[in-house]
Amino acid sequence: MNAFGTLRLALDALTRNRSRSLLTMLGVIIGVAAVIVTVAIGVGARVSVQNQINSLGSNLVVVLPGSVTQSGARSGFGGASTLTPGDGMAIAALPAVAAVSPQVNVRAQVVSGGNNWQTGIDGVAPTFTYIRSWPMASGTFFTQSDVASANKVAVLGQTVVANLFPDGSSPLGKTVTIKGVPFTVVGTLAPLGQSGMGQDQDDTILVPYTAAMERLTGQTTYVNTLMVSATDAQGVQSVQTQVTALLEQRHRTAPGQPDDFSVRNLQDIAAAASSTAAIMEFLLAGVAAVSLVVGGIGIMNIMLVSVTERTREIGLRMSVGARARVVLQQFLAESIVLATAGGIIGVIAGAIGAQGIAVLAKWPVSIPPLWIALSVLFAALVGVFFGYYPARKASLLSPIEALRFE
Amino acid sequence: MTPVVKVADLKKIYDLGSQQVVALAGVDLQIDPGEFVAVMGPSGSGKSTFMHVAGLLDEPTSGRYEFEGGDVSRLSADARADIRSRRLGFVFQAYNLLSRTTAVENVELPMVYAGVPAAQRRKIALEKMEVVGVAHLAQHAPNQMSGGQQQRVAIARSLVNDPGLILADEPTGALDTKTSDDVMQLFRRLNQEHGITILLVTHEPDVAAYAKRVVTFRDGRVVSDTIAKEQAA
Repeated sequence: MNAFGTLRLALDALTRNRSRSLLTMLGVIIGVAAVIVTVAIGVGARVSVQNQINSLGSNLVVVLPGSVTQSGARSGFGGASTLTPGDGMAIAALPAVAAVSPQVNVRAQVVSGGNNWQTGIDGVAPTFTYIRSWPMASGTFFTQSDVASANKVAVLGQTVVANLFPDGSSPLGKTVTIKGVPFTVVGTLAPLGQSGMGQDQDDTILVPYTAAMERLTGQTTYVNTLMVSATDAQGVQSVQTQVTALLEQRHRTAPGQPDDFSVRNLQDIAAAASSTAAIMEFLLAGVAAVSLVVGGIGIMNIMLVSVTERTREIGLRMSVGARARVVLQQFLAESIVLATAGGIIGVIAGAIGAQGIAVLAKWPVSIPPLWIALSVLFAALVGVFFGYYPARKASLLSPIEALRFE
Repeated sequence: MTPVVKVADLKKIYDLGSQQVVALAGVDLQIDPGEFVAVMGPSGSGKSTFMHVAGLLDEPTSGRYEFEGGDVSRLSADARADIRSRRLGFVFQAYNLLSRTTAVENVELPMVYAGVPAAQRRKIALEKMEVVGVAHLAQHAPNQMSGGQQQRVAIARSLVNDPGLILADEPTGALDTKTSDDVMQLFRRLNQEHGITILLVTHEPDVAAYAKRVVTFRDGRVVSDTIAKEQAA
């Protein structure tokens, strides 16, 4: 008997017991669907993190203050105050650098008229819009002269606009009070939406970094970070080297002494973010795979019951000339067909589920074809593995015993 | 003429560890083509064991068995399966039709294992169903048929490979007297009109009376072998 004939026999036997076949498949269907949904969510998250980070500009290099050691305890990066606006100006003079913006971060309650809103205020330079390639929605960005004179002007993100001016009136020319200091709104930023990490990027207020330092933090020497834009993506590496050398010189770092700053490009940050996402993805897929194995045990269970229940059928098949091997192949084919069909239905169910999540939770999903192939293959292997024992049991029956079975 | 079945000093002994059970204690028997033989005997007489060995479902412990002239005493399980597939037909007391499967598909089953192409299978199956008078039930499932009809379908199934021998194990055991007579008339007709060799196992004299020859077993041996002079009506 050829493979096609065996498959035919298996299909006939399965369709004769349609509802039981479906119930048996259910375990594999759920297992594979779970794998597909978790992978779709995981990969979707990873891809969107990557896209978001890339959208920040592959040319971007971020300089963070180094860690400080105080009484033996080392703070993390950014714990120290080591970067000055002067560092930023010096970096701006480097040949491969297109633009530099210092950044000073403050979190505060912002009041406008009868409305108030807690948000993050970033003190930046006018180069910010270029570095982040973030267009304006209305008004203009503040200028270098606003920075030079630490003018109290502000540019609002759309979330802040919505919360401070809920009546829809234009915020331009209005006053917002930050930590008791009135700032005049000169522009609003175009909406960017959520970042890959789920932060609302529009929930921000930009002010000149000088104003942020003098009026909001009261600390006029150091900035939190320096954002540097290389002239092109190829220049990122040399910018990193040049910035490191320049800052070591400016900070008088002795050879062998650790730097009091760190220079990172977005590729590194993207890699770190996506490797975290990948670990999550594998963990989730692993949990889902366990349910697939449980589904396989379900198949074995039903196949064992089926062999017992169909003992006389097996005896009859043998008496009319089925070789033991053909009986084994038929039962094995039945479980492989069950598992593979379950796998394919599971992929479809998983894809539908993932789309549902994409629509309902507005979460980006993506199902790599490799995972589809892997889950169907794995389901088929589950069928072979858990189907072999019952099939062998069936083939070892003696036809006489089997025919007599009540 | 080559005998269909020729056994010499056939023994079958079951080794149950602590004791040995002798099911066949040396049987000599020959069945020629066209014979209709009824095997009788009380339970434990060895008649069923003889049928299993003769039907190549089991192998003898010792002795010689020639089926259609070939020595089949020491064949592998696969070789026995192949002969069952091509040269033997079985009819059982419990019909043993596959449930939720149409009659015609049940009749086709032996040809599936014999490797007959699908289109030809259907044609032969319907022919044989016509012969036993159940062609009109081709698309019915076993649970939609009476016991007599099911047994006729089972008989059609035993015919599809044009077997050299049909083995019928208490084929009327589950049927009422009237239906039982109909089925036995059918066996007789198959034997007389189609020349099919039949080995029938039964413990009912009424049923055995349809055969041309009655072989009686007791304690694993043939104790009588009589040829009926006149057929019962």
